[in-house]
Amino acid sequence: MTAFIKSFSIKKRDFVRAGEASINVQNILKSLNMDHKLIRRIAICGYEGEMNAVMHGGDGILTVEIDTGRIILDIADNGDGIENIELAMQKGYSTATEEHREMGFGAGMGLPNMKVNSDMLSVESEKGKGTHLHMEFYVSTD
Amino acid sequence: MSWKGWCKVTVKDLVEKFGLQAAAGEKGLGRSVKSGFCGDLLSDVMANAPEGCVWLTIQSHQNIIAVAVLREMACIVITGGHTPDIETIDKAGKEGIPLLLWPGSAYTLAGSIYSAGIT
Ligand SMILES: Nc1ncnc2c1ncn2[C@@H]1O[C@H](COP(=O)(O)OP(=O)(O)OP(=O)(O)O)[C@@H](O)[C@H]1O
Ligand SMILES: [Mg+2]
Repeated sequence: MTAFIKSFSIKKRDFVRAGEASINVQNILKSLNMDHKLIRRIAICGYEGEMNAVMHGGDGILTVEIDTGRIILDIADNGDGIENIELAMQKGYSTATEEHREMGFGAGMGLPNMKVNSDMLSVESEKGKGTHLHMEFYVSTD
Repeated sequence: MSWKGWCKVTVKDLVEKFGLQAAAGEKGLGRSVKSGFCGDLLSDVMANAPEGCVWLTIQSHQNIIAVAVLREMACIVITGGHTPDIETIDKAGKEGIPLLLWPGSAYTLAGSIYSAGIT
């Protein structure tokens, strides 16, 4: 049974709104008094996934789902997809443009950050169709 | 013998002690500063900046505000004389994140803040 589910839209190249979906998720989790460290991990993952959709991907949707024992973050965009996921998962790999780099993006750390901060991460991407990130965070009950 | 040090440092204390210029987000001046972080690569900052920190960066575009909110920072200092974009000022005000300016290098300011006891 899903206790809570909410979606936020993400817009390609919209740097004005970029980050808002993740801030909304952070506020929801805070209002539910979720564990502080868990919220911080989810904030990192949400932000990195959201920024990737804005910068490299396309229009998309970020969905947070609060389930029994876990929180699920889905970030899907309809962009060009990731050419080589294996490569994209490596630290330092980036196709960020000069413009992105000037703004401080393009360290090639977004996907590696998601990997270390989530309990489960799956990346599905198809050239020309888009990218779907699915992340799970387990809520410890002790 | 004597001992003197800050026990609770607020953003306002930093502004006054180091002559920082407040560009936006003044309503957050009462936040307490617990540590510091220097970084210009956003995903490095996102991964490593501690909660309640003063963040020194040369980045001046609007996306630094989301980073500061999500990492629950105390404030941002734009160093090196860079000026924030108007969108950055607007967002800082909206989110209540103090946006401060420092004309010198991050190195000198970080050194001073560290010496003042924020480690
Ligand atoms: N949603 C996406 N759509 C298309 N390509 C993507 C997407 N997400 C990631 N990529 C590709 O994977 C690469 C690595 O992503 P990652 O987030 O690790 O680094 P980055 O975004 O380039 O830099 P950083 O996140 O450190 O600012 C990107 O440069 C891009 O080529
Ligand atoms: Mg990225």
